[in-house]
Amino acid sequence: MNTPATASADPIAEAIAEQRERRGPLLPLLHAVQARCGHISDEAVARIADALNLSRADVHGVVSFYDHFRRAPGGRHRLGLCRAEACQAVGSHALEAEARRQLGVDFGGTTADGAFTLQGLYCLGNCAAGPSVLIDEELYGRVDGVRLAELLAEWRGRK
Amino acid sequence: MAGAQVSGAVTRVYVSGDAAARALGADAVARAIAARAAAGGRAVTIVRNGSRGMVWLEPLVEIEVAGERIAYGPVTHKDLDGLFAARLLDGGAHALKLGRVETLPWFARQERLTFAQAGLADPLDYDAWCAAGGLAGVERALELPAAAIVQAVSDSGLRGRGGAAFPTGRKWKTVLDQEAPEKFIVCNADEGDSGTFSDRMLMEGDPFTLLAGMTIAGLAVGATQGYIYLRVEYPHARRVLEGAILTARARGLFGDRVLGSGHSFDVELRLGAGAYICGEETSLLESLEGKRAEIRFRPPLPAIKGLWGRPTVVNNVITLATVPVILARGAAYYRDFGAGDSRGTLPLQLAGNIRRGGLVEKAFGLSLRELIEDYGGGTLSGRPVQAVQIGGPLGAYVTAAQLDTPLTYEALAGIGAMLGHGGVVVFDDQTDMLEMARFAMEFCAHESCGKCTPCRIGSTRAAELLARLCAGRSTRAEVALLEELCDTMISGSLCGLGGMAPFPVRSILRGFPDAVARRLA
Repeated sequence: MNTPATASADPIAEAIAEQRERRGPLLPLLHAVQARCGHISDEAVARIADALNLSRADVHGVVSFYDHFRRAPGGRHRLGLCRAEACQAVGSHALEAEARRQLGVDFGGTTADGAFTLQGLYCLGNCAAGPSVLIDEELYGRVDGVRLAELLAEWRGRK
Repeated sequence: MAGAQVSGAVTRVYVSGDAAARALGADAVARAIAARAAAGGRAVTIVRNGSRGMVWLEPLVEIEVAGERIAYGPVTHKDLDGLFAARLLDGGAHALKLGRVETLPWFARQERLTFAQAGLADPLDYDAWCAAGGLAGVERALELPAAAIVQAVSDSGLRGRGGAAFPTGRKWKTVLDQEAPEKFIVCNADEGDSGTFSDRMLMEGDPFTLLAGMTIAGLAVGATQGYIYLRVEYPHARRVLEGAILTARARGLFGDRVLGSGHSFDVELRLGAGAYICGEETSLLESLEGKRAEIRFRPPLPAIKGLWGRPTVVNNVITLATVPVILARGAAYYRDFGAGDSRGTLPLQLAGNIRRGGLVEKAFGLSLRELIEDYGGGTLSGRPVQAVQIGGPLGAYVTAAQLDTPLTYEALAGIGAMLGHGGVVVFDDQTDMLEMARFAMEFCAHESCGKCTPCRIGSTRAAELLARLCAGRSTRAEVALLEELCDTMISGSLCGLGGMAPFPVRSILRGFPDAVARRLA
């Protein structure tokens, strides 16, 4: 979901047209823009503000409030690692260290090959089978360092 | 066994499609079973049902043999050679064979009211849901005046299952009593507490029951529009809900005419964006309106001025999904489960360092020890239980000495803990409890919406104090300062995030004094 879903000529206009008539359109619109463009650029902020009759500061304020939205491009895949208590109880600290080592980046960072952006998440609802990892929209449970290496190899090969 | 399948008959094979099952490889198992059956000339229908709640047995596979569902689990694709050699599709004997799920003690001892239908069928099979009696609650509600629906919910004793435990009927009555041009039903599906997954499992396993509950709420208070606010971390639940909403509307569960009546109601799905605070109802409403999710002052209550300033019912997924059974079977039926002021059942979620984790729906009153030892089988690591966090990141850690506490609102309040959304996270004796205290405050600092100072600044300062304590650089005086800061946050914060983040911290300082003493400078 981090790579552009459609190769539209003007994905921002398309997202605006699709979402602007909803009641309370800003969050659905931000989701739609990020799904198409991978991030929410300065241009997108300005055009969304214009379309919804908001200031750019208003839109930026909302974007920056929510961890899921990003203002700059990330890697091809978003690798979310659960850092909450239930996963900590079964070894997520060790998995965090493994993730940093295998990816060569810290949380918030994007790997040198552009494949992954590492993100800390707080609960994936898989608390009876942690540690849990979410890659784009695929959930994985009972992940250890070996399993993580397998997953990274598999996902590096995907588009 | 009553003999092999008649040649040419289609065998139904259930492979759980719940996110937790998929996370453990259920998709590969389903594909491999289909491929092997095809290669062997056996006709099978693979049904991706929800989870029966036994995460420790996922991926769970059930084979329908002579009208009975024979379960095997946990099944990985590596087990399939052996399973097919043992005639899996005819219910053959194998080390992984469990028999009928309903006969397994872990399942049989539960009292499933809210989760009665969850995980039985394909969650988007509307006909199967109707055949199982899914419509009964809405049908009953359509026979009653609005006030009588609210009265039934009040009489049932149902309290908000999201954590606040506010009487649901009283909230609905307030909304019903408002004169307004429009009213709303908002389903809080922002299940952010670590250790909780009952909302997710219900949405993925029985979404029509949730939609029925929202529809009944709409009939009860005179609302015509509902919103489900779902967290973005649940992509699989999103896909199921999207399908369920389309189907339910097309089949007339809601829409212009609810089940052909003169009432209208509709539901729209909205996604969160990774902010824990949106589980707090007023910040959720801000988020739905397209704003930064900063909490609102109360009063006015959302029941009086909620979404877009209109009277709004905000209820958790489990609360709303429990309403249909109350209408269908009567308030007294539901109220007769439970103890004291904790009526009905609670879907508990057994998580963390536990051998047999999953969803246990029981009447209130089960003890923590029964849950962890009888159901859970103790820790996954095999080491002693050191602590149990109940009710999410804002809930207290209870000690091994407190395990005989019954799981009721009152009993947990009596030991300074809370039930919250029913998440139970087990930690063994290798856990550094002071690090857990530090995490609690770091989490609060990370998730604070920033509106009030005690939460915004207090959590940051408390996290700093705890970092010093963890590093062995604190004195008793600093621990006293931390206690004082906890007081300030509890009494001065605007909402439960800053107001409750001190609970886990304080429970560790008081419940694990040796851990503190060992670290003092």
